Order: sequence, then structure tokens, then C-alpha cells
Amino acid sequence: MDKERIMELEELAAKIRINSIEAIRKVGAGHIGGSLSIADLLAVLYGKQMIYDPKNPQWEKRDRLVLSKGHAGPAWYSALSAVGFFPEEWLWTLNEGGTNLPSHPDRKKTPGVDATTGSLGQGTSLAAGIATGLKMQGNESYVYLIVGDGELNEGQCWEAFQYIAHFKLNHCIVIIDENKKQLDGTTQDILNPFDIAEKMRAFGFATQKVKGNDLSAIDQAIENGKNIEDQAVCIVLDTIKGQGVRFFEEMTANHSVKFDSEAVQEATDKALVELRKGRA
Amino acid sequence: MFTLADNREIGKELRATVVDALKDAMAADEKIVALDADLGGASKWTDLAKDAPDRFINVGIAEANMVGVAAGLSLTGYTPFIHTFGPFATRRVLDQIYLSGAYGDNTINIYGSDPGFAAGHNGGTHTTWEDIALLRSIPEVVICDAADEVQMDWIIKEFAKLKGVHYVRGTRKGVKNIYASDSTFELGKGNLLRTGQEYMIVATGQLVSEALEVAERLEARGVSVDVIDMFTIKPLDKELLLERLIGKKSVITIENHSITGGLGSAVAEVLADNGLAVPLTRIGVDERFGQVGTPDFLQEEFGLTTKQILEQIKSL
Repeated sequence: MDKERIMELEELAAKIRINSIEAIRKVGAGHIGGSLSIADLLAVLYGKQMIYDPKNPQWEKRDRLVLSKGHAGPAWYSALSAVGFFPEEWLWTLNEGGTNLPSHPDRKKTPGVDATTGSLGQGTSLAAGIATGLKMQGNESYVYLIVGDGELNEGQCWEAFQYIAHFKLNHCIVIIDENKKQLDGTTQDILNPFDIAEKMRAFGFATQKVKGNDLSAIDQAIENGKNIEDQAVCIVLDTIKGQGVRFFEEMTANHSVKFDSEAVQEATDKALVELRKGRA
Repeated sequence: MFTLADNREIGKELRATVVDALKDAMAADEKIVALDADLGGASKWTDLAKDAPDRFINVGIAEANMVGVAAGLSLTGYTPFIHTFGPFATRRVLDQIYLSGAYGDNTINIYGSDPGFAAGHNGGTHTTWEDIALLRSIPEVVICDAADEVQMDWIIKEFAKLKGVHYVRGTRKGVKNIYASDSTFELGKGNLLRTGQEYMIVATGQLVSEALEVAERLEARGVSVDVIDMFTIKPLDKELLLERLIGKKSVITIENHSITGGLGSAVAEVLADNGLAVPLTRIGVDERFGQVGTPDFLQEEFGLTTKQILEQIKSL
């Protein structure tokens, strides 16, 4: 990627962060940590790798995204609005009664959302089924499946991974956001995941592990993944929960953040100024 | 329109009926896909691969994934049918059916085999007397219990034309004929098989044959009885119930299912919602788990033979 392209993606990632934070702050509380940890990934996907037409969300030739860690909905919505699926104003209705943007993605409500998720683990099988259907149709489109590392506690993920690997669904690119935390603490403390990349290799996936805040590295890993034939593909993103905003990165319990204190509001204001500066 | 069969002999195995119906449906519509969770030998769904090798998927022993993969296939325009034993097709994967299926507005057709006493030697672990109750709680899910092979054939072919989540339960073995082979049905409409003045029997699934036998015995004693085959438990044909309830002394429901949450409960709700103080006897399984034995042994153990049903209602 040339420098200009990287700067564009950086700007998109910053916009995803800013709008995720603003949308969640407006409603008072929400899933900051896991939204920010995939902001860079979403910037690479929607800014470079994915094929889509915001004016035709159901276009047959589009690449699909399944956000199995559905609680990161605000980051996805921020990406979708940034690339034109719906007006930015929708973001400020997050979680309000009657909104098109519920906390967890609902394909019936939001243009660009291909699968309804929220009950952890289930998106993995949905992506596997979509990839199966596309393959049966001879449709070369990709399915990007984003899974959380905490979500890997769910057995259904491993059922789906066995299926994806067995059927060599190499157009279903499995991306694991290893931000090392889940709701109640670190993944180490709650239920030791051991070496996720090694596990995926053992499950039959051609697995790469890259820094989840390195736009070029993420992009390159996806490129590499697209060149893998005859084997399932996995990318483990080494991320930080709350990635890209030091205040949230350093917050211990940052799965769901409440914007109910002056300290949080002030730190958030400061972070938003920094993010906006970064974009300029 | 349906007509009754001229005999009540044991018909073709229901699993063979399902396979043949699916073969026809798959030949007519290339969007139909069948999935099994390593019970393809038990369901004979492996036979489907002979005609359509790309459209039979064995997902392995992974029922939750099977439901999700089916939903994903629906998202790409396919009409999936899935099979496993009744308990694993429902209670094991309830959240997947709820969210990936119904809430996500996807199409999944489910055949849950060997419900209730049909589990036979697979025993209590493989027995489902709660599948109807569980699925009744999910909005928009259609629930059927097939009375015989003619009805099972029709149900499978009907599901193949529809969008949404549909469930049909039925033993893999043959059951007694109820309907003549050219019969057709309507989803959500009960079938009034006999009419009478005093009592109403509402039955579903393979116990429809017992319901008819009970009615015939009562008739021989001069007691006239309605028999309704309520093969669609959801949506329930409330209109037919309300129409036929007029002037009835008592209502009896018969099901190879728990009396909690199934057909008996659904009929009780109609009575209560409409302020009808008609005595109701719910015949089914009451607060018990299943066990091993032949289906015949289990049917008797759980009080669901014609003789036992007559005994239970003799005080009416």
C-alpha cells in the first residue's frame, strides 16, 4: 500500500473510533472496548479489501461480513455510515427505541448488515453457511467472519471451525480479534485460550497472526489469505481492548463503559480531540 | 381435501416417506438443500446424495452448527431441510433456532425424528416430550406432528415451498394409515375426521389412530364424538375448535408429548381465552422423563394406548 492509501485508511479508522465513541456516549453506555479493537480491521475491510455497493446493499456480488462478536455493532455501524450505507445521523439513534441501529446487528434493520448476531458463537455458523451457499452457486465473493477471543469460549465456534476447515471454505476468511479481555476480566483469567493461532492451525486453518493496529499488516494478511487455495484461512489479530485510545486501553473494565462521571467525560473529550487531530 | 384411508394398516416408513418427498422436492427445485448431523444412515438422508451429491451436507455431530449453516444457506437463497433426532433438533439448539433461524428471518425446515415413545431403545436421553412446548414459545415458527405417511409427504412438500422456520416431528418407522393417498391438507387447519354431538377429541401425530379407535369404541356404546387431527399445533386452528365446541360436554386432547406446553395446553388456552367452561382432559405425559423399551412398551408405560385412554376418560 502506498502512503496515501495508508493515510486514507488511518482517517477511516479514526472516523470509526470517533463515531463509535460519540454514538455510545450519547446513549450513556456501551461496548467501547470491543468496538475500538476492530476499528483498524474495519477500516481495511471497508476502505480497501471488501467489494460492495452502498446503493445496493443486497448486490449478489458483494463480499459479506458477519460480525459474530455482535456487541461491536457500533464500530460496524460507524464503518457502514462512513462508506455511505446510511446517513451519519443514524448513529446518534443507537439503541433508542425504534432505531435502525440496535446494540447487536439485525439484518432486517440495517443496510449492509448481512447476518443477525448477538448470541455469541452463532455468527460463525452463519458465515459457514453463507460461504457454503456462495460456493454452491459458483459465486467468488468473500465472507469475512469476525470473531472475538472471549467468544471462543463458546463451543459452537469450534463446531463451525471444524466445518469450515473440513470443507476448505477458503472464501470464508476467519478473523479473530484477540484483544485479550472479556466481560469479567482477561481471557487468561476467565478461561485460558492458550495459543489461539496454534489452535487454529491444529484445526486445519492456514493461520497468520498480525498486529491488529497495523493497517498494512492487516491488509497484507488478507491478501495472503486470498491466495491460499485448498485450505481454510484464519487471521489472528493481536489487538488491545479499547485500541487506539489510551484512556480506554488502560481502563480495567472496558468491555462496556458507562459515561456517567466527569472523569470519563473529560478523558473522552480529550481522546476525541486527539483522534480528530490525527485525522487532520 | 382429505379422505380417510380404507384401512388402518401400518404404512410405509416415515423416514422413507420423508426421503422420497425430499427427492421430489429437490428434483423440482435446485435451491433445496438437505443437512444431517451424522444420522444420515438413521434417516436415510444419505440416499439424497445419490441424486444431488452437492445438495446433501453431513455436518458431523454438531447440531448447533447445522442450524447456523442452514440459516447461512437461507441467507444465500437456499431452502434448507435439516434432520436429527427430535430432542437434538429442538431442545439442544433452541437458541440457534430462535436467533439464527426465526429472529434472523431465515428459512429452516426441521424434521425431528422419533419423538416421545418412538425413541424406543435409544431411551430417555433421546426422548423428546417437550419439543412442541419449546418451539411454541418462538414467534412465527410452524409446528406439525405427522399422523401418517400421506400427511408427512404433504407436509415436507409444503414446507419446501415456504419461507420461515417449520418443524415436523414423526417416528422413522411406519405408522397406521389415516388418510387416502390423494389427500391434501392446509397448514394451520385441523382435520375433522369424525363428527359427533357429545365429546370432542383433539389429537395429533401418530396417536390420531388411537383417537379414532377411542371414538369408534365410544360410538359403539352410543356416545358420539368429534375427532380432530390437529396436525398443525402452531398456528392452531382456533376457529375449528370454537365452531365444534358448541354444545360439547367435554374435550379430550391426545398427544405423544408432555401435557405441559403442547397440544393440550394450546387447547386449554383457547378454552380459557374464550371463557368456555368445558371440562378438558389432557392425555399425554405428565412430569415424567422417558426411558428405554420398545415403542410399544413405552406407549403402554406412559398410558397412551387406546385401552388406557378409554380408561382415563371413562368417568366422563
